[in-house]
Amino acid sequence: MELKSKDLLGLEYLSRKEIQLILDTTIPFKNLFTRSVKKVPPLRGKTVVILFYEPSTRTRASFELAAKRLNADTLNITVSSSSVVKGESLIDTGKTLEAMKADFVVIRHGMAGAAHLLARTVKASVINAGDGSHEHPTQGLLDMFTMREKFGSISGLKVAIVGDILHSRVARSNIWGLNKMGAKVYVVGPSTLIPKFIEDLNVTVCYNLKEIIGELDVVNILRIQKERTVESLFPSLHEYHKIFGVTEEMLGKSKKSLLIMHPGPMNRGIEISSVVADSERSVITEQVTNGIAVRMSILYLLGGKASEINY
Amino acid sequence: MKLIIKGGRVIDPANGTDKKLDILVENGKVVKKSSNIDLNGEKVIDAANLIVTPGFIDMHTHLREPGREDKETIASGTRSAARGGFTTICCMPNTQPPVDSIAGVKFILVTAAQEGIINVFPVGCITKGREGKELAEIGKMNNAGIVGISDDGSPVMNAQIMRHALEYTKMFDIPVLAHCEDLNLSAGGVMNEGFMSTVLGLKGIPRQAEETMVSRDIELTELTGGKIHIQHITTLNSVEIIRQAKRKKIKVSCETCPQYFSLSDEAVRGYNTSAKVNPPLRTDKDIKAIKKGIADGTIDCIASDHAPHTDVEKAQEFDAAPFGTIGLETMFPLIMTNLVDKKVLTLSRAIAKITINPARVLGLNKGTLSKGADADIAIINPKPVSTVTGDFVSLSKNSPFIGMKLKGSIVATIAGGKVVMQDGR
Repeated sequence: MELKSKDLLGLEYLSRKEIQLILDTTIPFKNLFTRSVKKVPPLRGKTVVILFYEPSTRTRASFELAAKRLNADTLNITVSSSSVVKGESLIDTGKTLEAMKADFVVIRHGMAGAAHLLARTVKASVINAGDGSHEHPTQGLLDMFTMREKFGSISGLKVAIVGDILHSRVARSNIWGLNKMGAKVYVVGPSTLIPKFIEDLNVTVCYNLKEIIGELDVVNILRIQKERTVESLFPSLHEYHKIFGVTEEMLGKSKKSLLIMHPGPMNRGIEISSVVADSERSVITEQVTNGIAVRMSILYLLGGKASEINY
Repeated sequence: MKLIIKGGRVIDPANGTDKKLDILVENGKVVKKSSNIDLNGEKVIDAANLIVTPGFIDMHTHLREPGREDKETIASGTRSAARGGFTTICCMPNTQPPVDSIAGVKFILVTAAQEGIINVFPVGCITKGREGKELAEIGKMNNAGIVGISDDGSPVMNAQIMRHALEYTKMFDIPVLAHCEDLNLSAGGVMNEGFMSTVLGLKGIPRQAEETMVSRDIELTELTGGKIHIQHITTLNSVEIIRQAKRKKIKVSCETCPQYFSLSDEAVRGYNTSAKVNPPLRTDKDIKAIKKGIADGTIDCIASDHAPHTDVEKAQEFDAAPFGTIGLETMFPLIMTNLVDKKVLTLSRAIAKITINPARVLGLNKGTLSKGADADIAIINPKPVSTVTGDFVSLSKNSPFIGMKLKGSIVATIAGGKVVMQDGR
């Protein structure tokens, strides 16, 4: 069994079996982390370019560590959004990286579909590290890995994603992945931030977390962007916190086994209270550890494809 | 100079003609139509087994000149049009600079006369600089030869200015060609708002951005008694709103484009920028409603909205790529394949929507093969099926139809009695 595509562009395009394969392959990589030497050789001699058009600390660091722990060489390229306007086109950047014989390009971009465009341009394996409001597949996979680790299986879990669903690539990747793995997905947030057609992706829309909290196994809390108030999508962060902020009080009727997740970085006191973020139910820091292992697994599995590149 | 088009099936919807006739052209005019005209040394085009119609009229073309001659020029655009069977095109004023003055109008007319090969009628701006603030010198532009006014992709958001435009143009009897889009509702949008935009994570443009402005402009037409022509309608409700307005005898006409009865927003899947058009491709239920509107006459005209863009511009992130598809050269095959073959309407009624109907909307003395009419003629073979390649005459190649198998081709185009295209050249 191997992955069908040379690229990882989104969980929409993976089968249940492929997701299973990625999650299974993650386990031995995670086990490595408890050893004193955390490095293994599979990608020795390979080059991983980490091309970020948006600021990010955690995802970039996670990919870099994942690549280094597989013995690949890494190259970080940061393109500030201001230079995109006058700078070279994404296709030209792709051709340049190809000329440098990159084996992998990990791309983070503010526009949906940017990873698709790059993947069509280059022979290298393209990994989508977040494209606009579209998908963030490695986040979806690490979220699912974390759930599976805690519950043994994803099938049958009830998972709520709370926040700005409209603009969230994390939400879309979670929805595709969780549905394929047999979980039941709820989306919770202000009605202005839940697109009308999201229900057609087989999710249940809810505007009040308290109503469903008793049934849930996982609450995945998204970061809320202050800029959305400027667009009149909701009136203030304070009001958002009052209605959708996940606090101890909100979790009153929840199951004891409820998991609290957040892709980070958190706005403590807005979408999540500090008490909840630091509680025993929170697996937020474990998500970070798992993120590296999942990305190692993906690089490793796509590595088979990368070795077939004929430059 | 004389020319005989011999043995073709002549379809001239304005005169209710559909029969085998010979046509004699002399000095740029149709001088005789008869079941058999004896040859007397004239140039002859054998139209046996072919269809002869008035030359097509496109009331919505972007020629890009002046300003973006890398995308299209008056020379290349008129050749692209001739390839598609068009003998008359009306060019939108969203050039750089915009056609908002007599100078711009004259530039187009002079360049078209020198470098173009078919008739070009300019459309002038409604407002100066297409800024929606002050009326352009519509009267002077009218004297110079515009056939209508439009701010094209920058709709006049201020209803009071739109009201004045509709009132003011009554004196000249030219239509206001309205691109209906509420810019606040559509802000930042790049495709139809729906399931596909949700999946792709792209900002949607709700159908109501079009429909609310269609309603507004019809209300303003009722208020002023002006003449409105709604451009490129795409939604079920737009069709319904216009249908109701026509029942109330409001002076409204409208057009749609082949992309809106041929493609849905599914075509955007994979971030296909050639399917990025404005207004956006909608859904199957809209396509059905558009076809119904075409069939029952609610939709008067079919226009191309030929919008050339370079490969470099289209080969960008979906958000960054410009809106638009070229369309002059695929227009007739799309009508043949998706409307006539599918029995949405007869060939004769289809021809009317790209000849006499736009001529009437714009007040052009064209679009027929009546005796004495300008010899603007298209000769069509409705039968051959071929795959659309990127081999367009237009300088630009941005078309979502590349790769499609379509029926029908243009054999020859005759403008003002002169053969401007024959067998693809």
